[in-house]
Amino acid sequence: MTTSQEENFMRKISAEEKIEPKDWMPDAYRKNLIRQISQHAHSEVIGMQPEGNWLTRAPSLRRKAILLSKIQDEAGHGLYLYSACETLGISRSEMIEQLQSGAAKYSSIFNYPTLTWADVGAIGWLVDGAAIVNQVSLQRTSYGPYSRGMIRICKEESFHQRQGYEAMLALAKGSEGQKAMAQDALDRFYWPALMMFGPHDSESAHSQKSMEWKIKRETNDDLRQKFVDQTVKQIEVLGLEHPDKNITWNDERGHYDSSDLNWDEFWSVINGNGHCNRQRIEHHLAAHEEGEWVRDAITAYNEKKRAKKAQHAA
Amino acid sequence: MTTITEKLELFEVFVRSKRGLDHKHVGSLHAEDHEQALEYARDCYTRRSEGVSIWVVKSSDICASQEDDADCFYDPSDDKPYRHATYYVLPDPVNNM
Ligand SMILES: [Fe+2]
Ligand SMILES: [Fe+2]
Ligand SMILES: [Fe+2]
Repeated sequence: MTTSQEENFMRKISAEEKIEPKDWMPDAYRKNLIRQISQHAHSEVIGMQPEGNWLTRAPSLRRKAILLSKIQDEAGHGLYLYSACETLGISRSEMIEQLQSGAAKYSSIFNYPTLTWADVGAIGWLVDGAAIVNQVSLQRTSYGPYSRGMIRICKEESFHQRQGYEAMLALAKGSEGQKAMAQDALDRFYWPALMMFGPHDSESAHSQKSMEWKIKRETNDDLRQKFVDQTVKQIEVLGLEHPDKNITWNDERGHYDSSDLNWDEFWSVINGNGHCNRQRIEHHLAAHEEGEWVRDAITAYNEKKRAKKAQHAA
Repeated sequence: MTTITEKLELFEVFVRSKRGLDHKHVGSLHAEDHEQALEYARDCYTRRSEGVSIWVVKSSDICASQEDDADCFYDPSDDKPYRHATYYVLPDPVNNM
């Protein structure tokens, strides 16, 4: 590393120019990006499991088709992000290995179980909703391929949140039992959705450098506040009760004040003790192993084709 | 008689107009090799600060779908309107999600 390289890099960062794969970048910047983008990719992929749990039991063909489309999108998001991450010099198989060994994390929200159909609505509305707040901000991230991936993903996400809210609305305006189911899903998913933004800025290990390098553009707490603010009205329109009894409008701040989160639960789930941590990785491993024959078939086909070509040429 | 362009290879040129944006196809040109193609592309396609980065790809290396086959090659999913955000009718106060 020479000073001029580092200076040139920092000049681009402060001028809001994107960093592209072939540009010089500090090792720590590269590492930081690989950690964040691969974690994001893993979240898209693992996130298919809680929703997939309800595919065969969706209440109507319409809901089933919608859910199938949404889950298909998430697989695509995983693919965009793995590809963006590969431009930094890590291979797909390395990333998958890190996920399966636990070296790489994914969003803790997906370690919560989906107990009822209402959970599927709550996930689309709240979990995708929180993801959108974060991803809209990341459209301005300093790494070009990540930024372009985020722009593509954000275009697809709006449908995810709206279908979830629509499903919640149907339940909330339905029978007593359905309304209770919607309330229960809201009560269980509201808090973990807020935790998706990560620890308080003061506790966040990677935050400061990430902000300096403009990998992250807004702090965890600021993004969380945005989500808290936008969700109040949405709960009201559903006619459900807000899970946070301390939610109050603060005129001075121009934001809602809210309760602090249960950070013990947050760290405990991150450290592997959520309801579904083990199940999620076991399922991923099993699916990966069961898919071995597909990967083998692709390689065999390629070799066969190559041999045929060589024969023709000879 | 073979003309000079027949002896040269055809390259497709992609230009990134601004850092952070995708490379866009701008046209093609004949050149002896990749290096020459890059220089010709610079001279030909970026005379008015059109770009900050150029890609050149041999046209023969591009594998393209046929537009005439579009109907059967792409499924436009017109029968799946629920893939669009606008399909979901929500009450006005929350319609901005
Ligand atoms: Fe997502
Ligand atoms: Fe997604
Ligand atoms: Fe999504």
